[in-house]
Amino acid sequence: MVHWSAEEKQLIASVWGKVNVEECGAEALARLLIVYPWTQRFFSNFGNLSSPTAIIGNPKVRAHGKKVLTSFGEAVKNLDNIKGTYSKLSELHCDKLHVDPENFRLLGDILVIVLASHFGRDFTPACQFAWQKLVGVVAHALARKYH
Amino acid sequence: MLTAEDKKLVQQVWGKVAGCGEEVGAETLLRMFYAYPQTKTYFPHFDLSPGSDQIRGHGKKVVAALGNAIKNLDNLSQALSELSNLHAYNLRVDPVNFKAGGGRGWGMGTGMGLLSQCLQVVLAVHLGKDYTPEVHSAVDKFMSAVAAVLAEKYR
Repeated sequence: MVHWSAEEKQLIASVWGKVNVEECGAEALARLLIVYPWTQRFFSNFGNLSSPTAIIGNPKVRAHGKKVLTSFGEAVKNLDNIKGTYSKLSELHCDKLHVDPENFRLLGDILVIVLASHFGRDFTPACQFAWQKLVGVVAHALARKYH
Repeated sequence: MLTAEDKKLVQQVWGKVAGCGEEVGAETLLRMFYAYPQTKTYFPHFDLSPGSDQIRGHGKKVVAALGNAIKNLDNLSQALSELSNLHAYNLRVDPVNFKAGGGRGWGMGTGMGLLSQCLQVVLAVHLGKDYTPEVHSAVDKFMSAVAAVLAEKYR
């Protein structure tokens, strides 16, 4: 089980409390598809992904980004059992979606950058530490059931 | 591969933080030491507390080197040749720390090296919305290119 200090929990909760899940989720997913274009391989049915502008404005990207970040919220609510929380999703990503777990790490790092750009100096080094740890733990949990 | 547009974006973004280069450097290192404590193992001889003169000095060096690379985007290998030697033969910093593919442990981001991730966080903090997806992409590609050159001679 991952150990979270009281400070880490507080930092995670306080940032999460201010996050607009729809906006941040859309932005994080869009950036994933823009910065690492090979990730578009999972979204061939999303329509126009031909340019950053197209990706950012794409309603399917926005909707899916919101879905992904909403799910991330489950981790925030269940810091003491992230493994259990993502058990089924892990199986899904392996067996049905066939997503290389490397993508979880890419998205996690991008999410941290999105938070930094939104919160500026309020996204302190201590915040970054807690969130880098969280995205790493989530990525690990999502990869856990792969076989 | 850095396109002409990428190069332009990198140069523009660097121009925006040129005035506070020293601060950017120091903050990048501070965040790196905080978020990825294993990176401190390369600086046992440093005072790593916030505000440390050594961190400021070293951050300034790193930023200057990146600035030089940005002035020579068409020939990164040559511009970074000495640093490449230094990293390969003297410093021998494990490339995971700066190269794409960096950071295990908590299964940390491997899309970016640890230094690259922290530099980008600092740029995002400073620039907010101006750290657009296009700029983000260009900087990420640039840092990957720098990392590749620095790790070139390792073996």
